[in-house]
Amino acid sequence: MSERHFACAVDDLQPGTSMIVEGTDPGIALHRVESGEFFATADTCTHEEFSLGEEGEIEGNELVCPLHMARFDLGTGAPLCLPATIALATYRVEIEGDGVYVVSA
Amino acid sequence: MTLLIVGASVAGVRTAQALRMKGYDGPITLLGEESYAPYDKPPLSKEMILPDGDPAPVPLLTDEQLADLRVDLRLGVRASELDVSARTVTTDAGEAIAFDRLVIATGVTPRTLPGADRLAGVHTLRNAEDAAALRTGLATAGRVVVIGAGFIGAEFAAAACRHGVQVTLVEAQNVPLSHLLGAEVGARLAEVHAAAGNELVTGVGVAHLEGEDAVRAVVLNDGRRLPADLVVVGIGATPATGWLDSSGLPISDGVECGADLTVVGAEGIYAAGDVARWPHPHYGYDLRIEHWTNANDHAAIIAAAVTGAAAPTPTVPYVWSDQYGHRIQIVGRPATGSLAHVAGTLSGGDLVAAYVGTVGELVGAVVVDDPRLLMKCRKAITAGSVWADLDLVPAGV
Ligand SMILES: Cc1cc2nc3c(=O)[nH]c(=O)nc-3n(C[C@H](O)[C@H](O)[C@H](O)COP(=O)(O)OP(=O)(O)OC[C@H]3O[C@@H](n4cnc5c(N)ncnc54)[C@H](O)[C@@H]3O)c2cc1C
Ligand code: FES
Repeated sequence: MSERHFACAVDDLQPGTSMIVEGTDPGIALHRVESGEFFATADTCTHEEFSLGEEGEIEGNELVCPLHMARFDLGTGAPLCLPATIALATYRVEIEGDGVYVVSA
Repeated sequence: MTLLIVGASVAGVRTAQALRMKGYDGPITLLGEESYAPYDKPPLSKEMILPDGDPAPVPLLTDEQLADLRVDLRLGVRASELDVSARTVTTDAGEAIAFDRLVIATGVTPRTLPGADRLAGVHTLRNAEDAAALRTGLATAGRVVVIGAGFIGAEFAAAACRHGVQVTLVEAQNVPLSHLLGAEVGARLAEVHAAAGNELVTGVGVAHLEGEDAVRAVVLNDGRRLPADLVVVGIGATPATGWLDSSGLPISDGVECGADLTVVGAEGIYAAGDVARWPHPHYGYDLRIEHWTNANDHAAIIAAAVTGAAAPTPTVPYVWSDQYGHRIQIVGRPATGSLAHVAGTLSGGDLVAAYVGTVGELVGAVVVDDPRLLMKCRKAITAGSVWADLDLVPAGV
């Protein structure tokens, strides 16, 4: 059964920043790219344990892990460079009124 | 015929992975002198020697990833000679392995001190056996001396004091790491040792190690005698190129490579990781870098060269070090610039240092416990942005 989680109000997340969606387990990170679009991925890097919602760095439509510099495609979760070889799980983002929601499977 | 990778650690394993990710389908043979399944190196001086850490080597690949790689993994086998024209590598067992392409990924060998070999209790820290021996030694050690207060020495000292032993670090420079980061920043990092109850002795070299069968003391050049039953020598490392001596390959502090990591004058032979010296695309001059992400970057460059794909986007050098519960992250090349900003300390978990080039452009940064700021600095260094325009740290701090 899919579950929908309220993440934040649209204006609460600045473009170019990320956050962890409260109440998700395993954790989901919400990212907002410079153009304003939202993406949701697994919070933990697929290389080792590192929170991408807390410390991940957005570069264009890519997410960089600041521990060993793995890069992921925010849209597909695909690993774009070593040391990551495994894709990040991605989640659907729904905007309803002023709220941003993520849908976990 | 196979693509042969010599050295089954970070650079070797990542090269095999990068080749498969790029669709390279031919046979790959991965040769490593260590008997352990390929494992990661940084944990050796971190969690693997903590009293409550997991002592097992951290695998570089899961069983499933290893199976998917389809490599002929030959562990416990040392390459002893390369014949470039015959295109063979001879192993210590006398077997000649023919290759069509070769990747040299043999890393570096730690420097040690004269007489260290014959004294029990004296160690270097480069592989899983070293870490296991040190962990065992720490359980019963009374007095520990670390020779060299670079990254590995400092990380070891941090882990050792968690075993409740007294640690003394000896550093030949007046300030540790000052050759890389300058004295001011080196001091703000080194203060952590005293803050944690360890002793740091600087500006003095080691005269000799004292002891019959086991080490008893470290004697310094000024005559001081530091009692010790466990000694770690962390004074750097040299490229592991001894097995290439008769090959005729160009070697000068590392294997000399071109931009795509092809060894100069040796078509189809590449070098990767700590052992490789190559013209770094961001700088345009030769560097040999002993950092973990560099080995990953090299793997991707070689995979692109072998498969004819476009070279990956260059990255600036990056290294991290975990000490006393804090994480130091260094990006760029601080030694090429001058210090434009510094605040905080390592023990305070708030050190930030920025180094600029001749027109004020950010060329290097040291950041403690702030990965977001580190990433901003990395972006700025890559772009050549002027530090003063960036507004990354509060003014006047
Ligand atoms: C204790 C420790 C802590 C570190 N911590 C950090 C850190 O926190 N951050 C960071 O950025 N970097 C760190 N590094 C550096 C990083 O681990 C290296 O840059 C990286 O391991 C380089 O990979 P490599 O494959 O080139 O060399 P290595 O990892 O040295 O691997 C080379 C391999 O080749 C094998 N070999 C050598 N000669 C032969 C031969 N003739 N035949 C067959 N096999 C051979 C060796 O046994 C070894 O397994 C650390 C290194 C060490 C030792
Ligand atoms: S934990 Fe993310 S790259 Fe290693």
